[in-house]
Amino acid sequence: MNVFLDGFQSAFNLLISMDPDVLAITWRTIHVSTVATFISILIGIPIGTVLALTRFKGRGFLVSLINFGMGLPPVVVGLATWLMLTRYGPLGMLGLLYTPTAMILAQAVIASPIVAGFSIAAIQSLNPKLLLQIQSLGATRFQYLMLLLWEARLGILSAIIAGFGGVISEVGASMMVGGNIRGYTRVLTTATVLEVSKGKFELATALSIILLMLTFIIVSLLSYLQQRKAGH
Amino acid sequence: MSVKLSVKNLKLMRSGRDILDIEEFILNRGDVLAIVGPNGAGKSSLLQVLSFLIEPDTGIIMLDGETVGNGNRLAARRKLAMVFQESLLLDTTVQKNIEIPLRIRGVSRQETATRAQEWMHRLGINCLSEQRARNLSGGESQRTSIARALAMKPEILLMDEPFSALDYPTRKSLLSEMGDILHTSGMTTVFVTHDFSEIPALTHQVAVLYNGRLIKRGDIQEILGESAVSVKSWAPWDDGAGSDFLMQ
Repeated sequence: MNVFLDGFQSAFNLLISMDPDVLAITWRTIHVSTVATFISILIGIPIGTVLALTRFKGRGFLVSLINFGMGLPPVVVGLATWLMLTRYGPLGMLGLLYTPTAMILAQAVIASPIVAGFSIAAIQSLNPKLLLQIQSLGATRFQYLMLLLWEARLGILSAIIAGFGGVISEVGASMMVGGNIRGYTRVLTTATVLEVSKGKFELATALSIILLMLTFIIVSLLSYLQQRKAGH
Repeated sequence: MSVKLSVKNLKLMRSGRDILDIEEFILNRGDVLAIVGPNGAGKSSLLQVLSFLIEPDTGIIMLDGETVGNGNRLAARRKLAMVFQESLLLDTTVQKNIEIPLRIRGVSRQETATRAQEWMHRLGINCLSEQRARNLSGGESQRTSIARALAMKPEILLMDEPFSALDYPTRKSLLSEMGDILHTSGMTTVFVTHDFSEIPALTHQVAVLYNGRLIKRGDIQEILGESAVSVKSWAPWDDGAGSDFLMQ
């Protein structure tokens, strides 16, 4: 209990004192997870939309694959990304291993199936007759998709929240492809693991509390946006 | 009278079953036609084919003398407006629900606002313009849905049981308004109904669809005067008597 309370105290002190190391780690965490979520939106929403609206051979398999991907262990994604980016891997020539870009890539791989899976559910839950009605308004394919995404926006925002929640809290992939390099690839989760391994439980608790606060603030903002759109 | 829409050798199949099998169907400019028939006769499917929302397996549909296909389907859709049984509104305000289709069809901002105001006023929903669609009653939603369709100034209006989900007073007042609108605009209209008491308010032309086939078409008096299979359409407000409808 003392460790937890001391952790609170330390977190408060670290934030008040504007500790440059902690601020840099926090900013990097926001940067990596936000960009990864943004990429997963660009990948996941179109894939989810196509799978929700079309019927073709193999679609069921792809939906199963997306659903499977929603539960991908981050450490496995980290290993796969590491193998791709390592010097002898197919993307080794890019020299991205142990950089924030590698962490963004790995996190995008984790979040994309989550965003796609939730998007499929959001679009499929729309009244099929509403889709016909939108077509009957004379919408072009692009206008049709925009109106459809507007109608499914609450579910799509849930997809984004789930994707962001999935990546900001992961540690395995970031550790593996980022390397937890101080001042370069260290983020709140990897820093917490490091401090625990050094026996600095108070600092680890403080970092965890900062991570929780950060996640809470961002998810609350997205939830506010979602509920405002829902008219509640 | 010139032909507005014509259908030839139309077949629509689902799961190996004929949903529609229509040799010929012609709609002249200014016609107002009621389509009746029992459940599963293919009435809604026919409207969806006529509005180019579903493609038939075989057959030709011509609009203004031109065959409608992949190249001109969107342009054809933009000449029509469809009102479904459920008022399928977008999750936004009443006014935006009316304006969005107009903007989609390339109507100018100013013209869009003018038309939206005009039709909200005519259908008595101008006081609801800023209300969100999800907060409307059934009658208000359907008025919005009809206002949206009419504001598009369609060359053909298609309505699939537009009044069936409404209570009697709302239905009566909307029917009367629609009768006036169709009479004054001369808009080519096809509507599906199960309730024969609605027909005289809008038209005297009736077509009967049965098992996907158009088995009769003519004046309401002629159709109602014939005998064979009798389908009863009973309405509690219809003096308890209902109306016998004679299918064949």
